[in-house]
Amino acid sequence: MARMPILLYQRVQAGLDGLGEQAQLLGETIGSLRRHRPSWKDFIAQLHFVGVKSQTVVVTTGAATGMVLCAQTYFQFHKFKMDTATGAVVSVGMCSELGPVLAGLMLAGRVGAAMAAELGTMKVTEQIDALRALATHPVDFLVVPRVLATVVAAPLLTAQSVVIGIVASYVIGVHLLGIEGAYYLANIQRYTNPHHVVMGLIKAVIFGAIIALVGCHKGLNCQQGAEGVGHATTETVVTASISILVVNFFLTLFLSRLFNV
Amino acid sequence: MIEVRDVHKSFGPQPVLRGTTLRIEKGEAVVIIGRSGGGKSILLKHLIGLLRPDSGNVLVDGQDLARMGERELLSVRRHFGMLFQAAALFDSFDVYENVSFVLRREGKHTAAEMRRLVAEALEMVELPGIEHKKPAELSGGMRKRVGLARAIVYRPRILLYDEPTTGLDPIAGDRIDRLIRRVWEQLNVTSIAVTHDMKSARTISNRILMLHEGRIHADDTTERIFQSTDPILYNFVNGIGESRSEPN
Ligand SMILES: Nc1ncnc2c1ncn2[C@@H]1O[C@H](COP(=O)(O)OP(=O)(O)OP(=O)(O)O)[C@@H](O)[C@H]1O
Ligand SMILES: [Mg+2]
Repeated sequence: MARMPILLYQRVQAGLDGLGEQAQLLGETIGSLRRHRPSWKDFIAQLHFVGVKSQTVVVTTGAATGMVLCAQTYFQFHKFKMDTATGAVVSVGMCSELGPVLAGLMLAGRVGAAMAAELGTMKVTEQIDALRALATHPVDFLVVPRVLATVVAAPLLTAQSVVIGIVASYVIGVHLLGIEGAYYLANIQRYTNPHHVVMGLIKAVIFGAIIALVGCHKGLNCQQGAEGVGHATTETVVTASISILVVNFFLTLFLSRLFNV
Repeated sequence: MIEVRDVHKSFGPQPVLRGTTLRIEKGEAVVIIGRSGGGKSILLKHLIGLLRPDSGNVLVDGQDLARMGERELLSVRRHFGMLFQAAALFDSFDVYENVSFVLRREGKHTAAEMRRLVAEALEMVELPGIEHKKPAELSGGMRKRVGLARAIVYRPRILLYDEPTTGLDPIAGDRIDRLIRRVWEQLNVTSIAVTHDMKSARTISNRILMLHEGRIHADDTTERIFQSTDPILYNFVNGIGESRSEPN
């Protein structure tokens, strides 16, 4: 029992160290971008993996969220005869909060984990050392295309997820729950400010950077053996997910003030 | 010229290098021998700056690798070619992409030239025509030879080989030894190999260093190492496990 505070302290310190190292990796990534033009081919390959191949999971998440959010909002609002406001709640919620956060969490699980596993395996099989021996910086060759691809793909996937979510909510709200379609759409337009959309996309860009940086950092610093790779993968999902949730809170406060919405 | 001065390196509580000092002149062919787990691979990685010493210096042409940043090290490493103990091929690339890695990064050659250089290098390691195979489709010995092709294809000045013949059959091993010898004679490189295969050591070196308990225990010409009566060296060279048995 007496060791509890010490253990807690060590965990917090390890977390903060990791944060510092990820910030350093961000610095190196930006430094690398200023020094070299990144490889177009590697970027496209990563964009395919991160963007194209994540669509199923992101679209499914968006649709499911839009549908339940619509149904639940309708059940509550119906009591006050505010049925047609349902669309506005779904739309604002999806654009500014649920869209980016849920897409971010899904990408952390799919893309961040895959990056950690891939780079971690390269590390334990000495492929990272081989890369360095062949006069190539791992950040230039591995990290930069991954970060760029994720930063580009995350807002696009988020937008896709949000659109699908709103469409799904329309189908549920109008065709299943019997809300008047024209009012549903009119209220979406009336209450959804372009700033909500921009806010969601800014968040998605930042979440994309977090996912790729955490995944690459954990992979490059992987401990020996299969166990090390497994550990790096799990840690990536945990660290990236928690970071997304915490950062989202502060971004909401900051961006709402900034845009005054 | 490569100089290692009083290098110490530990992993956690376990000291591996304990004051290693050595000097290798340009154009030499050196073999480093030593017991398994004795730190030979670790020493080799210090020579190219893949690992940093806890203390001491590693000088390559007068530049101290221990004090250089990763970016500066890249330009030094361009002069090195390294064969890793387990080959360390990039498993997402095929053989051609592995061997041509540096050439493609540098972009100084046309596609046709690169194909010719890669084909030549694969010819040298006696694996012609396997450009489109993936590393996973190769045997351990083949991977090693592809790793060798990747290390020599861009004509580095210094070559580091980590156990180049381990895992090869005796005939393939002998051919690789000859290849290493030929590369050294014809391309005017500095050749540094780690091995515990004494037959191979005799072929590819003109000087042998023995790493023992984290320090250089012996350093002499190949002939004299093979004639040495020093018990540690004698037992190693002749493969005698009994510590009691004395020469003659
Ligand atoms: N990354 C690492 N972390 C911890 N210990 C390590 C690490 N790499 C090597 N060691 C330890 O350093 C020692 C020397 O390892 P090294 O690979 O240099 O041996 P070696 O002389 O090349 O042996 P072999 O002939 O079997 O290849 C070993 O005891 C090993 O346990
Ligand atoms: Mg070794």
